Amino acid sequence: MIVRLLGEGQFRVDDALIGRLNELDAEVEKAVAAGDERALWTGLQALADAVRESGVKLADDDLSPSDAVIPPEDLSLEEAQELLQDEGFIPDVPVAS
Amino acid sequence: MPGLMARLSLIFKAKFSKALDRAENPNETLDYSYEEQLRQLQNVKRGIADVTTAKKRLELQYTSMQQQVDKLDGQARDALKANREDLAREALTRKAAVQGQLDGIMQQGQQLEAQQSKLVEGERTLQAKVEAFRTQKEVIKAQYSAAEAQVRIGEAATGIGEQMADVGLAVQRAKDKTEQMQARANAIDELTASGALTDLTSSGDDIDRQLAQISQGGQVDDELAKMKAELGGGDAPKAIEGEEAK
Repeated sequence: MIVRLLGEGQFRVDDALIGRLNELDAEVEKAVAAGDERALWTGLQALADAVRESGVKLADDDLSPSDAVIPPEDLSLEEAQELLQDEGFIPDVPVAS
Repeated sequence: MPGLMARLSLIFKAKFSKALDRAENPNETLDYSYEEQLRQLQNVKRGIADVTTAKKRLELQYTSMQQQVDKLDGQARDALKANREDLAREALTRKAAVQGQLDGIMQQGQQLEAQQSKLVEGERTLQAKVEAFRTQKEVIKAQYSAAEAQVRIGEAATGIGEQMADVGLAVQRAKDKTEQMQARANAIDELTASGALTDLTSSGDDIDRQLAQISQGGQVDDELAKMKAELGGGDAPKAIEGEEAK
């Protein structure tokens, strides 16, 4: 399975990790629901660490799409809420002014 | 409701499946995709340059704010020498407020620094992927049937689109961060705009109210006492009033 850590890159991880990632993802979601930014950061960091530890980074010129996407570790509570409500957290095209 | 990771994957998939629907004539789509990628790559580069410029501007502002802190400190000292403790207190209160904002800016600056280095890395990866796409599109054109080409184009375009969106998001976040820092810097400008101590005696202005909201009383008292001790040799930080021994 290929997982993208936003802001960092793509990793190939063993499918066996999916269960663990889903558990951590649920914790992150709980933290957002509880409005607990510390817990949100701890959860996101645990997710990213799990991917980094057992994953192998994809080559820069690999064009494979990802199976899962993990938000940046310093995501703010506000951004997380935006993301869950699908209010255009991901821009359509890169922004330049 | 799915968690954040699942939600984000869904958003990405939805975003790029739209791009795939447009693929009708594979060869045309390939060339168009590539041109589009080059155009967006330029946007990303401009975005990163914007962030770098904003950060440099903030660094300059930071230096001048640090000078404000020093200036307010000097003003407090002068006021005490002139036996104007009220003014000294006001100057130190302002100093504490400015210092507080400065510390916040410093912290955000460190986060921005980290985001910036990831941006550069993300751009490099994007460049490598666009270059790989250029090679791959010629292979696809030459070797695959229309149906096969469709599938391969879809994959490659999604892979690149993802990287594009990733870097685009990182640029946006770094920009937001610089704007937050800018807002703090502007708050400091407002705090120090009137600058001279003579302005501090006027009561009830905006700045006074802002300062009143910031409860750094204890810190200011301590600093006042310290300054007095340095200047006059007096001590007893708790009994500031009526200690003019000399």
